[in-house]
Amino acid sequence: MAEQHDDGSAAASKHPHAAGDAFAHDTGDAITAQAVTINRPVGEVYAFFRDFTNLPTFMENVVTVDLLDDTRSHWAVKAPGGGTVEWNARLTAQEANSLLEWTSEDGADVPNSGRITFRDAGARGTVVTATIVYDPPGGIVGKVIAKMFQREPAIQARRDLRRFKQLMETGEIATPAMNRRQFEEMGL
Amino acid sequence: MKAVAWHGKHDVRVDTVDDPGIVNPRDAIIKVTSTAICGSDLHLYDGYIPTMQAGDILGHEFMGEVVEVGPQSTLTKGQRVVVPFTISCGSCYHCGKQQFSACDNGLPADNQDIARELYGQPMSGLFGYSHMTGGYAGGQAEYVRVPFSDVGPIVVPDGVEDEQVLFLSDILPTGWMAAENADIEPGDTVAVWGCGPVGLFAIQSAFLMGAERVIAIDHFPNRLALAKRFGAQIVNYEETAVYDALMEMTGGIGPDAVIDAVGLEAHGFFVDNVIDQIKASTFLGTDRAHANRQAIIACRKGGRVSMPAVYGGFVDKWPLGAFMEKGLTLKTGQTHVQRYLPALLTAILEGKIDTTFLISHRMPLSAGPEGYRLFHDQQDEVTKIVLKPGMDR
Repeated sequence: MAEQHDDGSAAASKHPHAAGDAFAHDTGDAITAQAVTINRPVGEVYAFFRDFTNLPTFMENVVTVDLLDDTRSHWAVKAPGGGTVEWNARLTAQEANSLLEWTSEDGADVPNSGRITFRDAGARGTVVTATIVYDPPGGIVGKVIAKMFQREPAIQARRDLRRFKQLMETGEIATPAMNRRQFEEMGL
Repeated sequence: MKAVAWHGKHDVRVDTVDDPGIVNPRDAIIKVTSTAICGSDLHLYDGYIPTMQAGDILGHEFMGEVVEVGPQSTLTKGQRVVVPFTISCGSCYHCGKQQFSACDNGLPADNQDIARELYGQPMSGLFGYSHMTGGYAGGQAEYVRVPFSDVGPIVVPDGVEDEQVLFLSDILPTGWMAAENADIEPGDTVAVWGCGPVGLFAIQSAFLMGAERVIAIDHFPNRLALAKRFGAQIVNYEETAVYDALMEMTGGIGPDAVIDAVGLEAHGFFVDNVIDQIKASTFLGTDRAHANRQAIIACRKGGRVSMPAVYGGFVDKWPLGAFMEKGLTLKTGQTHVQRYLPALLTAILEGKIDTTFLISHRMPLSAGPEGYRLFHDQQDEVTKIVLKPGMDR
């Protein structure tokens, strides 16, 4: 495994295997990390995200998130050709206004894990960074992943974070739809 | 409703499309009373701007009457408003710094990727100007959905004609910001390339900001005559060597500030421009920038370069060496329209800025395609075309 000698994240590394550094508890070697700065206080941003039932309002392919208990949740995500794929996710770490880490439980159709960090950025608001580790696309899993993340997880995560930012900063999500009917066709 | 839609290079049609409606809480629906064709619309017409799709509704200079509001809009039905061409949220970091055209949230999330690849970071949304700028339906239509209506539109007092205030939507604040970006000091000589609407408003603005002399450069006699009317000295580049004339007129110093109000479709038969045209037609280079090169070469040492002109992609043979050696400063950008609206509305009402001189043609909306053809073919005769949906009703 190549070592990094600068302050860039593992996901930005030019070395192909640096991604393995990101999480000790997942062996998937595809990784994406995206950061966005949201012009709202960290407490507000964390609280909205921590209520996972809010996530479908800005995550394009997430249909529902149901809370099972304090750390476990059930996810339903749009699948290719209609229908959904579903799994349970478990929080593996959480620190208020700072950090959320999760992993999918055994038996998930699309094994995944990740980390969201929240950092107070003073007058600029809050820096939110999402790091997602997932099995590399291939076979049926790859198809589901491709659909779930529209093209690839990096693009989907980036777009979902932008929508999160828009919702927190403006109270709505920007759309070019001319009317409700077009909006229903376009989706988020 | 009826709307003027792009269907390809030199192919603009009047389409019948869905009426717009409220989608987001801060939206308003505007019934358009006046909407202009902008010089930058000709860049779309000529096929220079990527990510256009057949059926896209054009137009980013428009005003009208509020007919419907979302629950978070601060407008009320019946108000007359002018709408900025930039779609800005008013809540993000950049809007907080009055950098409205750099708004983080005006562009839909999915439309931000192209600008991110091309420019590094996405900019604000724009009405009617390709999917790279949001894919928003434009104002050359009977009705328009206006997002963030609590931030953008400015309410016009009763008794003020459309034609006095319509240009607050784009070209007046663009000309004003062009002059502001030139950091004019009393006694300065300012040279303006391009006497289209933005150049003409930049000339008026430069004088208001204390310029002693403005020199206007173009090749259309009618436009140069308008520049002269506002007090500029004029240089016709088809009759006069621009660099030689400017150096002579400034006692060998060069203009203190130069303004490029021409942009990516510079006319003129110069060697570098011809090469640009060959490259543009073979997709090797997208922007033709003769005026900009000439402005940098003419500008005095330590001077300022202001660039309101629209550029979209890459240029080569840009005189970076002259720019560095002479220690020039460049300021540019899409206009932060919302920043300037209140002061410019006041300036219009007080008669300090003349806006109505510009309009050469008034047409019904249904004549939109004819308007584009005319504007494209007759740039001397046509200074500004205003489409009025009411003339069809």
